[in-house]
Amino acid sequence: MTASVAPGSDIAIDVRGLTKSFGGRAVVKNLSMRVRRGQIYGFLGPNGSGKTTTIRMLCGLLTPDSGEGTCLGYNILTESRKIKRHVGYMTQRFSLYQDLSIRENLEFVARVFGLRDPAGAARASIDRLGLAGRETQLAAELSGGWKQRLALGACILPSPDLLLLDEPTAGVDPKARREFWNEIHALAADGLTVLVSTHYMDEAERCHEIAYIAYGELLARGTVDEVVAGAGLTTWRVTGDELQALSIKLAATPGVDMVAPFGASLHVGGRDAAALERAIAPHRSDASLRWTRDEPSLEDVFIDLMTRAKDNFQ
Amino acid sequence: MSGDGDFPGLFSRFWAMLVKEFLQLRRDRVTLATMITVPLMQLLLFGYAINTTPRHLPTAVMLQESSDVGRSILAALRNSDFFDIRKVVSSEVEFDHLLQSGEVLFVVEIPANFERSLRRGDTPALLVAADATDPVASGSALSALGSLVKTALTRDRFTPVQDDAPPAFEIRSHARYNPAGSSQLNIVPGLLGTILTMTMLIYTALSVTREVERGTMESLLAMPIGPTEIMMGKIAPYLLVGLIQATLIVGAGYIAFGVPVIGSLTLLSLLSLLFIAANLSIGYTFSTVAQNQLQAMQMAIMFFLPNILLSGFAFPFAGMPAWAQWIGECLPVTHYIRIVRGIMLKGSGMEDLRVDALWLTGLMLLAMLVAIRRFRQTLD
Ligand SMILES: Nc1ncnc2c1ncn2[C@@H]1O[C@H](COP(=O)(O)OP(=O)(O)OP(=O)(O)O)[C@@H](O)[C@H]1O
Ligand SMILES: [Mg+2]
Repeated sequence: MTASVAPGSDIAIDVRGLTKSFGGRAVVKNLSMRVRRGQIYGFLGPNGSGKTTTIRMLCGLLTPDSGEGTCLGYNILTESRKIKRHVGYMTQRFSLYQDLSIRENLEFVARVFGLRDPAGAARASIDRLGLAGRETQLAAELSGGWKQRLALGACILPSPDLLLLDEPTAGVDPKARREFWNEIHALAADGLTVLVSTHYMDEAERCHEIAYIAYGELLARGTVDEVVAGAGLTTWRVTGDELQALSIKLAATPGVDMVAPFGASLHVGGRDAAALERAIAPHRSDASLRWTRDEPSLEDVFIDLMTRAKDNFQ
Repeated sequence: MSGDGDFPGLFSRFWAMLVKEFLQLRRDRVTLATMITVPLMQLLLFGYAINTTPRHLPTAVMLQESSDVGRSILAALRNSDFFDIRKVVSSEVEFDHLLQSGEVLFVVEIPANFERSLRRGDTPALLVAADATDPVASGSALSALGSLVKTALTRDRFTPVQDDAPPAFEIRSHARYNPAGSSQLNIVPGLLGTILTMTMLIYTALSVTREVERGTMESLLAMPIGPTEIMMGKIAPYLLVGLIQATLIVGAGYIAFGVPVIGSLTLLSLLSLLFIAANLSIGYTFSTVAQNQLQAMQMAIMFFLPNILLSGFAFPFAGMPAWAQWIGECLPVTHYIRIVRGIMLKGSGMEDLRVDALWLTGLMLLAMLVAIRRFRQTLD
């Protein structure tokens, strides 16, 4: 792996105040983030929150309206050509050539990046992806999961220093997802930095750090534990009968910020622990219900962040 | 990894693009089929003359004597709408050069002793040389010349007024380059130009918008490849396609209509390549400006119409008003038709076609420059 500039810095992505609007509507607002080298950084947020837009600004595909920063030590505003040389960007929607075969697609990438032996590089990548034997198949004929795998293969083919993966595992089966993540962790161990957007909670928990963005605004960041702790959410777990009716009643009670069914139980959460206790007090005497204090899950935290953001912006 | 603007890297990226385009083209069976059928069909369908009355034919007069009769004829030609007297010459060499280079289509020669023979009633001959590569234009001009001169001589009282008097002079015409006046001789070069224009424009007009619509542009732009390499890589494969089409048309023109290539085939191929590249560049420019494939297609068609109407293909170039001629000059096909008529029918060499070749080069470079500057390197 070629070590690229950024003298003495172990920061791969360092951006401040990124803002982007489309047709007068701000889609990313004043976003700052910092990703250390070798880190796997999860990027989470509801649909339309600006994840893809942010990633595109990082690799020079979109020009921020304001803000500045560096990617691998290169200025994102003025040195996007250099950034592109060291970044592998996997788009949310498959964007390799459907009418080229697996091998032809990989060779194309290898040539564009000026690799010495494009055919050899493509062959190595095919073996690594476990695609040997189907390299002459057209990309259009691949199943969704295989397309994702091919796209990842194309991204890592030129040995980038930073991977930007936009929902790389959407629609991929659990086994393939696990292999995918094993591969990502192996790459990170070699010093590659990975920024990955996802909607899966289990994937978020596989990241070294995460950032949560909603309506264009970065609402939380840190390790999973830090984010959960930072949310200051108190949760209770209820089991018993007639949970559906209870859930409707609780959701309307002040002090309860979040009610979510969780298997055979219900998660009830609130930011103000005392207010929450007052809210659930009438139901705690109900003999058919069993109440226990519980740790909030990452999902609880995200849903709470999202509802709060919605209250603020809509 | 390679450096930023280094040549091997540049070439590698260009090559990547070129190979990709070739592979995609190879898989596109419809395009492959139309590549061959469209030019042949058009050539056979439109291989008919398009009849029009020419005006303002570029003409030269060669005066071998200085006489009142000569001046009278010259004045009559100058006053007529048919002819546009560009030069009055007195040497044979100049005369040949004017026709060869296409500067004039018509030379009227008033031989020495014309006036004396006329007064003596010897029925002297006016000599006319016409560039018959455009037979429609030169044919009707020849017949116009006779009555024009007759009226002039009568009016200026060099010849008697009676209608039944025997003709006082004769016109001895010499149709150059296309003595039989075959209209296909003229149509084939025109068709070669227009067919190539249409097919080449469309191939590249769709190329960038197609990548945008299929979503592949996002990956492409995220890679370290620049507008120049993308453009070159997308144009290069179609140079070959265009050359194949040109060969087909010239071959079919020879077999079906017996249109020969008198001049150099190599020169014809080279200048055809230049013309093909110019059109590909223009089509590519549309592709970088248009938002989607439909728009690109519409632009190509909008551009294509004047190519038919103002290039000298459908109507003699010399007969068009000045503004239309100016537009015509800015179209590659106008120059290409001159080049092809020159090489195929007159055996012209590079020396004669220099100006048209320069125009083609200029138009091509202009289109490329616009395309590179207009190419959107971001998704904004
Ligand atoms: N090119 C564009 N023109 C106009 N609006 C855009 C454009 N790209 C994105 N948007 C808008 O910006 C907002 C954020 O989009 P973005 O794709 O960044 O969201 P996302 O977080 O990636 O969502 P998802 O999880 O669904 O992929 C959306 O409302 C979208 O409609
Ligand atoms: Mg997205």
